[in-house]
Amino acid sequence: MSGALRLPRGGRIDRNQPVRFTFDGRGYDGFVGDTLASALLSHGVHLLGRSFKYHRPRGILAAGAEEPNALVTVDRGGGRWTPNLRATQVELYEGLVAKSQNRWPSLAFDVGAVNSLVSPMLGAGFYYKTFMGPRFVKGAKLWADLFEPAIRRAAGLGEASRDPDPDHYATRFAHCEVLVVGSGPAGLAAATSAAQSGARVILCDENPVFGGSLADDNHAVIDGMAADAWAAATIEALAARPNVTLLPRTQAFGYYNHNLIGLNQRLTDHLAQPDHRAPRERLWQVRAKHVVLATGAIERPLVFPDNDRPGIMLASAGRTFLNRFGVKPGTRVVVATAHDSAYRAALDLAAAGVQIVRIVDLRESSEGALSVAAERAGLPIMRGATIVGTSGTTRVRGVRIGRVSGRHVTDLESLACDLVLMCGGWTPSVHLFSQSRGKLAYDEGSNSFLPGTPAQDQVSIGACAGTFGLAQILRDGHRAGHAVIKMAVEDRDFAVVGDDESTGAGFIGATPHDRDPTQVKAFVDFQNDVTAKDIALATREGFRSIEHIKRYTTTGMATDQGKTSNMNALGIASAELGRSVPSIGLTTFRQPYTPVTFGSFAGLSRDALFDPVRETAIHGWAAAHGARFEDVGLWKRAWFFSRAGEDMHAAVNRECQITRERAGLFDASTLGKIEVVGPDAAEFLNRLYTNSWTKLGVGKCRYGLMLNEAGFIMDDGVVGRIATDRFHVTTTTGGAPRVMAHMEDYLQTEFPDLKVWLTSTTEQWAVIAVQGPRAREMLAPLVDGLDISAETMPHMSLQVGTFQGVPMRLFRVSFTGELGFEVNVPADYGRAAWEALWAEGRKFDAVAYGTEAMHVMRAEKGYIIVGQDTDGTVTPDDAGMAWAVGKTKPDFVGKRSLGRPDLVAPNRKQIVGLMTDDPRTVLEEGAQIVGDPTPARGTHALGHVTSSYFSAVLGRSIAMAVVEGGRGRMGETLYIPMPSGSISAKIVKPVFYDLEGVRLNG
Amino acid sequence: MLLIPCPYCGPRSELEFKHAGEAHITREPQVADDQAWGEFLYTRTNPKGIIAERWRHTSGCGRFFNCLRDTVSDNILATYKSGEPRPSLETSGEPSR
Amino acid sequence: MRFSLLSLIRQSFAHNTGWPEQWRSPEPKPSYDAIIIGGGGHGLATAYYMAAEHGMRNIAVVEKGWIGGGNTGRNTTIIRSNYLWEESEALYGHAMTLWQDLSQVLNYNVMYSPRGVMMLAHNIHDVQVFKRHVHANRLAGTDNEWLTPEQAKAFCPILNISKDIRYPVIGASLQRRGGTARHDAVAWGYARAASALGVDILQNCEVTAITRDASGAVAGIETTRGTIATKRIGVVAAGNTSHVMSMAGVRLPLESYPLQALVSEPVKPVMPCVVMSNTIHAYMSQSDKGELVIGAGTDAYISYSQTGGLHIATHTLDAICEMFPNVRRLRMLRNWGGIVDVTPDRSPIIGKTPVPGLFLNCGWGTGGFKATPGSGHVFAHQVATGEPHPINAPFSLDRFRTGRLIDEAAAAAVAH
Repeated sequence: MSGALRLPRGGRIDRNQPVRFTFDGRGYDGFVGDTLASALLSHGVHLLGRSFKYHRPRGILAAGAEEPNALVTVDRGGGRWTPNLRATQVELYEGLVAKSQNRWPSLAFDVGAVNSLVSPMLGAGFYYKTFMGPRFVKGAKLWADLFEPAIRRAAGLGEASRDPDPDHYATRFAHCEVLVVGSGPAGLAAATSAAQSGARVILCDENPVFGGSLADDNHAVIDGMAADAWAAATIEALAARPNVTLLPRTQAFGYYNHNLIGLNQRLTDHLAQPDHRAPRERLWQVRAKHVVLATGAIERPLVFPDNDRPGIMLASAGRTFLNRFGVKPGTRVVVATAHDSAYRAALDLAAAGVQIVRIVDLRESSEGALSVAAERAGLPIMRGATIVGTSGTTRVRGVRIGRVSGRHVTDLESLACDLVLMCGGWTPSVHLFSQSRGKLAYDEGSNSFLPGTPAQDQVSIGACAGTFGLAQILRDGHRAGHAVIKMAVEDRDFAVVGDDESTGAGFIGATPHDRDPTQVKAFVDFQNDVTAKDIALATREGFRSIEHIKRYTTTGMATDQGKTSNMNALGIASAELGRSVPSIGLTTFRQPYTPVTFGSFAGLSRDALFDPVRETAIHGWAAAHGARFEDVGLWKRAWFFSRAGEDMHAAVNRECQITRERAGLFDASTLGKIEVVGPDAAEFLNRLYTNSWTKLGVGKCRYGLMLNEAGFIMDDGVVGRIATDRFHVTTTTGGAPRVMAHMEDYLQTEFPDLKVWLTSTTEQWAVIAVQGPRAREMLAPLVDGLDISAETMPHMSLQVGTFQGVPMRLFRVSFTGELGFEVNVPADYGRAAWEALWAEGRKFDAVAYGTEAMHVMRAEKGYIIVGQDTDGTVTPDDAGMAWAVGKTKPDFVGKRSLGRPDLVAPNRKQIVGLMTDDPRTVLEEGAQIVGDPTPARGTHALGHVTSSYFSAVLGRSIAMAVVEGGRGRMGETLYIPMPSGSISAKIVKPVFYDLEGVRLNG
Repeated sequence: MLLIPCPYCGPRSELEFKHAGEAHITREPQVADDQAWGEFLYTRTNPKGIIAERWRHTSGCGRFFNCLRDTVSDNILATYKSGEPRPSLETSGEPSR
Repeated sequence: MRFSLLSLIRQSFAHNTGWPEQWRSPEPKPSYDAIIIGGGGHGLATAYYMAAEHGMRNIAVVEKGWIGGGNTGRNTTIIRSNYLWEESEALYGHAMTLWQDLSQVLNYNVMYSPRGVMMLAHNIHDVQVFKRHVHANRLAGTDNEWLTPEQAKAFCPILNISKDIRYPVIGASLQRRGGTARHDAVAWGYARAASALGVDILQNCEVTAITRDASGAVAGIETTRGTIATKRIGVVAAGNTSHVMSMAGVRLPLESYPLQALVSEPVKPVMPCVVMSNTIHAYMSQSDKGELVIGAGTDAYISYSQTGGLHIATHTLDAICEMFPNVRRLRMLRNWGGIVDVTPDRSPIIGKTPVPGLFLNCGWGTGGFKATPGSGHVFAHQVATGEPHPINAPFSLDRFRTGRLIDEAAAAAVAH
């Protein structure tokens, strides 16, 4: 019970596998191997969609990727909802659910079609001329509130899914000597000869089955075999070769720099019951030594009035439906052509029993073999004639034809039909060639742009290069396959009989008719509803470059990207402007050739794999002890440790208080660490940091400040001298890679004379800060007898030893202002060391604290955080750290810039402390600071709050800020304007706790 | 995505490299003139044509090196080690545009 | 002919045969009082305001290709003014004011649509930076408000605010007056209005030399359409600035990078606003036509090729799919590149050059479209009077000597 228009035999469908599917809720059947389009045509269904602007009924124009009209949504359930699929490429499977789009309430009756009635008002660019509102209505209200929402609702094609896509996508990088794009005769011959030479070959084709035009060809014989049999044998031979990768359903969508080609492979959409663990699509990024483009050509429609009704299709599409799918696309056909190739379609359809009502050939004469054959077969041919109008609403019912006489048409005649095939000639698919930056050359003889000199290692062959004879195509293909790899393989000739050999210029532009061209709708871009008169209007209004015409009319900007419309648009513009086609230009061919799924680009980069997660050795312990984490770069850092029922505020208060009372443990492993080694290590650091390093003794540490060359603070950290020629440098967490790159840059390119080696050791050391008055007690039992007394190990010193037998670098440093140590052990031992310290700490109820408590405690001491208290515009002096700048050093990175006029200007912003008058008020970080309690709009800000916390130890809020001339304003009251009113605060020194710094030296 | 011939490792995907700005900009920290120092910091040739630029093979040998590339076609004409003089293109035999 | 609903109706009865050219296409005159090099939105706006507000009618815009064909026609059309520094806020805020009734002023529907621009915060550092913007903007009188994740989702329902994703949304800032406009219409609208005031728009007119007199001052230009004398030149040639200025021997603190953008196939409305994420590098809005318009990043290297690497698009789309997991099945329709001129501090340069009579407006980086009216307005003042408008005075070339940068990039800083 397959479709009534299905032929009893023939085509590449599998008649043993019938399948059922629905379209707009109605059930149909077809076969495996059908597309949605071919299956619907087998049931006589031509109406598949509505056009974008006028909502005109639309059918199937083409049989492949160039289809502009027949867009459908396929719904597989559960978020697997895909809009805007071309019915000509949707492969049929059992249970397929497809829906039409852009219509309401139904495809046959669509309210939006009223747009057709006012279509003269909806000409090209109409929306630029109205919807502005009267001039006295200030502001964009009318447009944004009234007109635009209505336009937006009317626009768009299908609906996007509202649910997340449950499918996943794969990605692959590949290299080969020869990538062949397109598996028609040219591509098959090229792949075969390249493969024979031993090259690694990848052959891809957008279609499910290889063979290209050979699949539609039931006449040609190659080397004694029927064309499709030859194709099958060739493909089989290629598949058997280990050096050949065959990629069907794979669109080469983009040609990038240095012969990188993007391929999109569709893996499961054609399956009735795909394994949902399998990727739906795969993105291939292929770096090819050579590329063979065998991308074929696309047939052009003829632009005659009302050329868009369902049942009007490209002649080649009619032939494809007949030969590839065994479907008669109609019963009575009028063929309109300007090229011989349509005669082949007419002959094939006639042979299948379709009535050829008339062949209307725009040309006065045609002497090609095919037209001769058609004549001989008795088909009714009318030369020098054209279609001037069509009738029918949801299906074409007839045409009016007439004789062309200059720009006029006479001898009008009406013909009834249910199918119109049209052929304006062929447009080579030069998209990929053009993307590769090859220059196109216009060929008057064929009304087409052809590949000129390639810009990359690449060759175009076959129809995409303007070659149409099968024997020539095969010969070119064979030669291209081995020539690109410069192998000496003999040329070979293929014995071809029965080839159509149809060539010719075809026609571009709008065909002549008897009606007022300002009133008829002769469609150029079917999907975007751009007509010949729209293009004429654009040229009248001064849009003369094809890019302007395209943007003003939207021609070529639909989802088919102008595959069937670009040349006709150029032809019309050329006629309107009286200028040659090349002088109007050709729009750029942009990636992708056909639309490619976002998910395919994203590939595996999603969810947990979106970005790598960096966790410290202690992460698991923290997670098990109530830590909430914050993202810092790629790192997960323990933010605070919440005990049962505690909120962040309570947790942080507790962590700070206990650390200051007793002791706290902090995972500082994320700090960047760089080992700087070599006889010139100290000199290198002299040049990279503001500080002097020469006199730093072995076993001592120093705070280091790093500037960029512009003189602004870039990073900071403690640097310890392990040996005369060895430094242990620490950086901020986020700054580690940047600092390393910065050091390498200067070492390799500015100071190559220095003998220094740099090694990133961030991942090698786990770092545990042990802070608080009882830190020493906590640590002492674990360091294998190392003397860590204040005398032996004062603040800012370091020792190398062992921690329970594990190698250790122990730093006496503090970012809390308390007695503190930082234990560095190999990362693999980090967790064990942490747990050992934790066990010691439990003896007196020490805490583990997170980054928030760390921030509070350092702010209580006025220690800056680079990137929070500084923002890339802060100098050492601004930060109150002029003491860290070695003024006698001849040079360091950033030194020269510190003398620039603005960097020594008075009244620069300086880091200060802020104490709110109300101690309970915690300022918001980023809040602005002004001198006026009620600042007018536009008041100049003196600075802003950089850090702000509630200090549990002090029982009040504290803040740090940058303020113009801040150090000269001590004691001054300034204001922080907030939506609820200004907050007053006093400028103080940025030290709030232990002002004398005695605790540090405990 | 470019294919960049690292002078130490051979041709590799751009993904392995980090671009590091224009090459052959001489750092003279003793210069007194603020204008000249400002130009060192910020002024760049930015040519429409051949640029000498620095790359670092971050996910490879880690080396900085220099590269002559046509900024119109993105074709790479030569790569050479840091410290080596800019090669003359006559010897590399490649047309510039 | 004035554009209006009435003229549209009248013309529909005349089958649209009576629409005149939107702008004249004259032959170049031998000399002009001033010449603007670059027929993008900024250049055309400059010429329009020079004519409309400074009475200069004997002026021309020279364009090497077709007007609006550079970054004006290639950007993602985002408009906002919630910048950090007071100088920037004044400049972009000036533009924002002009956007409000630009359609009426130009009598051309530029489709300015204040649908709101929301910027997502994914970590504590983002929160600090964005709140700093919110506070600074409030003081300056610029709308910019802070949203919780739930409020952000209410504003953009397809946003994923799950806490379990790699970079959860933990807040957002929203400028409600931010939005989009129709990029081509901005260029065409200014061109039409400028042409009506007498400005000559010379397309396909590539400048091949800038000539100077004995004193070193500007004397004219050589073009592919002949020699044109003038004493004042404003260069507004984004993507080509270094090249054009090299004709006058001026070297600049600029580097030019390909910036990519892409659109999906059109779908019915799904995205009511603009959403940007600096942390995961992606931004998206939906055009009136229904396409999702997505901004990608720049390539790492200087290039004038107007194409970019595939890896840039993949990195953008993985971020988009993380933020909006329902769009994963939609498809990329077009992907293109423009060339952006980037300054060291990510702020533009608008002002004098060392060459008398030669003025410069450049360095808008990835965000110039939003500034088009304001940029044109202040630059018109600069070229017409020779002196900067107070708003563009801080954006001088001299700041790279003094170090007084307006560093919007530094203010975004980096994670600690």
